[in-house]
Amino acid sequence: MTTIAVAETALTLGLLRLADTALVHAQRLSEWCGHAPMLEEDLALANIALDLIGQARALYAYAAEVEGAGRSEDDLAYLRDAPQFRNVLMAELPKGDFAFTILRGFLLAAQARPFWQAASGSRDATLAAIAAKAEKEAAYHLRHTGEWVIRLGDGTAESRRRMLNALAALWPYTGELFETDAADRALIEEGILPDPAALRPHWDATVDRVFAEAGLVRPADVWMQSGGRSGRHTEHLGHLLAVMQHLQRAYPGATW
Amino acid sequence: MTETPMPLWEVFIRARTGLAHRHVGSVHAADAEMALQAARDTYTRRGEGLSIWVVPSTAITASDPADKDMLFEPTASKPYRHPTFYTVPDEVGHM
Repeated sequence: MTTIAVAETALTLGLLRLADTALVHAQRLSEWCGHAPMLEEDLALANIALDLIGQARALYAYAAEVEGAGRSEDDLAYLRDAPQFRNVLMAELPKGDFAFTILRGFLLAAQARPFWQAASGSRDATLAAIAAKAEKEAAYHLRHTGEWVIRLGDGTAESRRRMLNALAALWPYTGELFETDAADRALIEEGILPDPAALRPHWDATVDRVFAEAGLVRPADVWMQSGGRSGRHTEHLGHLLAVMQHLQRAYPGATW
Repeated sequence: MTETPMPLWEVFIRARTGLAHRHVGSVHAADAEMALQAARDTYTRRGEGLSIWVVPSTAITASDPADKDMLFEPTASKPYRHPTFYTVPDEVGHM
């Protein structure tokens, strides 16, 4: 089996972290296709997944161009194995129930929206263009998932119970959204990507506003999971990739 | 557990500035805000819209199909209501 690894500079690593998070999250959302609680939501989740796949494609294409090894966006998506993926752990967790999927989407979008907004002023023109498009998409993802968080949290006894379970399960994965390492700091200093820690007040304000309406309370300080951005993943990512990459693995170079 | 069915909403989309909103279909949603989002996700996937209206289906009062003879038949014998019924004299020129 061919397995590739991208030569990691600060920029290619930064791009992979964003692209992998978008693609892996999209793959989880696409698992709802045909299984959502109602037709309208089936389409809504698939629409969000398609937005994220579009973002991932643009980011992979740019990462491949920056790497300069003649690889394509498909190579990066389909030929790397789990240890080469740089997505945050939250994105790869199994899809869970509808409350879990919605809350994950909300927590990620609440971070993505201000991040892309800030990144649209990047000194890197390609990233700025990708960010300007992604920001509008993230704004809708945030609105849609936020409205659902309110309705499930403040809904029936069962929807509330499920939302509370989702909150307890997802909260330990929120810390990773704001981590920075040496590669991130290099990109921040060059004005290529925004500092996620500096954008945290936006995330806090969004989460507090929606949680207040939903009747949810932030869990107390808990141990925060970490590692996805460095390639240390949960046992779930390998299974996700086995499904997502199956076709290219079984029929290398297949196209249609 | 019995589930309450989601209310039904009629969706109207305006494709371009200057056109009227047009009925395109319906969606299920718990309330007006979610109905707008469902309409956006269901009916504007291919760039169809600039504006969306959603209206509770229960707010629409419809004519009874059984009344169609009474309501619509009488106009069939009144062709003079169409402008094309009249011949405009040439001297009038463009109206």
